[in-house]
Amino acid sequence: MALLTVKDLAVRFETHHGTVRAVDGISFDMEEGETLGLVGESGSGKSVTNLALLGLIPSPPGVMSGQVHFDGQEISALSEPELRKVRGNRIAMIFQDPMTSLNPLLTIGRQMTEVLELHKGRSRSEALRLSATGLGEVGLSEPEKRLAQYPHELSGGMRQRVMIAMGLLCEPRLLLADEPTTALDVTIQAQILELMAEVQRKHGTAIILVTHDLGVVAGTADRVAVMYAGRIVEEGPTSQLFQTPHHPYTQGLLSSVPRLDSDTSHDLSSIPGTPPDLADMPSGCAFAPRCPIAQPECTKTRPGLLPSGIAGRSNACPLAASPSQTEARP
Amino acid sequence: MTRPLLEVQELTKHFPVGPRTLMGKAQQHLRAVDGVSFNIERGLSLGLVGESGCGKSTCARTIVGLHPATSGSVRYEGTELTTLSRRGWLPYRRKIQMIFQDPYASLDPRQTVAQILDEPLKLFGLGRPRERRLRILSLLEAVGLNPRHVQRYPHEFSGGQRQRIGIARALAGEPDLIVCDEPVSALDVSIQAQIVNLLGELRERFDLAYLFIAHDLAVVRHLCERIAVMYLGRLVEEAPREELFKNPAHPYTKALLSAVPYPDPEVERTRERIVLGGDVPSPLTPPSGCPFHPRCHQVGEVSGDRCSREVPALVHEGQRSRACHLD
Repeated sequence: MALLTVKDLAVRFETHHGTVRAVDGISFDMEEGETLGLVGESGSGKSVTNLALLGLIPSPPGVMSGQVHFDGQEISALSEPELRKVRGNRIAMIFQDPMTSLNPLLTIGRQMTEVLELHKGRSRSEALRLSATGLGEVGLSEPEKRLAQYPHELSGGMRQRVMIAMGLLCEPRLLLADEPTTALDVTIQAQILELMAEVQRKHGTAIILVTHDLGVVAGTADRVAVMYAGRIVEEGPTSQLFQTPHHPYTQGLLSSVPRLDSDTSHDLSSIPGTPPDLADMPSGCAFAPRCPIAQPECTKTRPGLLPSGIAGRSNACPLAASPSQTEARP
Repeated sequence: MTRPLLEVQELTKHFPVGPRTLMGKAQQHLRAVDGVSFNIERGLSLGLVGESGCGKSTCARTIVGLHPATSGSVRYEGTELTTLSRRGWLPYRRKIQMIFQDPYASLDPRQTVAQILDEPLKLFGLGRPRERRLRILSLLEAVGLNPRHVQRYPHEFSGGQRQRIGIARALAGEPDLIVCDEPVSALDVSIQAQIVNLLGELRERFDLAYLFIAHDLAVVRHLCERIAVMYLGRLVEEAPREELFKNPAHPYTKALLSAVPYPDPEVERTRERIVLGGDVPSPLTPPSGCPFHPRCHQVGEVSGDRCSREVPALVHEGQRSRACHLD
């Protein structure tokens, strides 16, 4: 049985401008020890998906629906006190900005031991010892000294290591990482990605990696789900999806990334226009107004995510060039 | 040989920081830019890359006179810019323009697009009101915005469109050189490609030279003929684009290139990555000798303790230069 099953997850926000459907019915599964890359541009709903998995959507204005099964339990039906037992314990989260997600008034040690005292009932001294071990494991020098320091005394890369160490203290089965390296420089990013891969090998943690950086996904994820305007438009094993993207949005996204080995004599290919306003969605397929292969019928009904006939892959474009599909449609 | 458009020599910018003595003198200096030299030829572009805090933005802002230089020289077609008065700068303001990173913060929210674009035209005395109106419309057309939106305010546009307004404003005075400070890093990938293409197209059309500041090497590679790499306030390497990417000569450039993630799982699986240890040191207390030596993976290949004692000079060899003690 899958470690995590998400079914028809939707999050909408009631705003002055109307109803914003930030996540509009997405479903996916995750296995033990797997890394799923959730990619998309800003506003595509990837971060809200992550927050919704942990029941962290503020309500009101947010309204959440759908089911989240984790480790044999339906966590979308849990009460707030029950959810608190899951958060930071069996499911942990790493945020993008380690400066704003660590408490500046508390020492690193105080923030780390809290998790262990709360979830595992450890004594303070025991928790401190375990925290020091955790900091050492993520490659921080002099872990005992770090425990007495405040977040502002550490560099960005060090703070992100603290976040990771804190996330792993209770040995979670699932780690939700929301743009964990976006605020960092590339050489530091390389350190952190390697660290996460190592942690995963050692503890068998499943990771959902939310990012806009296709390069980061290419190097770390087993499977990729591409989001656009609140929905998954394509999903599949990383290497296949990058090699032969089916959905026109995935194709456009991949070819608009400048690469270190691409031909510089041509223009980059780009996707015309801008993503739709979530409070004022076009009818039919959300990508149709920008799509190079759109047909009149694309603006009528919004297509769902369907298996594309190739093992493990699915996409939400009925016109996408997939051999098995074109055969199936006379 | 003709003169380069812009000549930067030994440019230095130190910021006084921390507590001061009774006489008001700063006791500490942050060495943001520490002796940087490069040239930009007319119609050609130089990419300045490096990680946050390496001094690339300060370097750009010092060149355009937004920060007074501590020492060194910046010459535009032979004229020294660092000693110019505010008034003396005016004719050069027209010729050297700037595009900023944040398209939200760099436009006045209370001005319409027409007012934003009219300001430089008025300032430089370019035409009567009627001529200026026509010019504004042609600027909008040049950057791919609908001329009918000329009376709109910045908040009515998306991030990519706002960056187009910033570009139109920079083009207003018909500059020769545009200093672009991370112009696409705040944009989404699909929009980023649109702006990179626009900058490439405008360069051909108006014979522009760019000083292009970015941390994204792939973007820089797309637009710039030459690339300079900065680390902790200094240039460590400068070379023509193809040579730098094919054959990086400085250990830091090698590490930087190997750390850039490729959007290709096959490449990612097989490539060798140099993972640097540690963090970028503080420019308040730069390490002795080569600023990169505490993190350098090739430090053992230089005999003795030269790397930690002696600052390597930027040595020119043919088309490229490098600041490293390695043979």
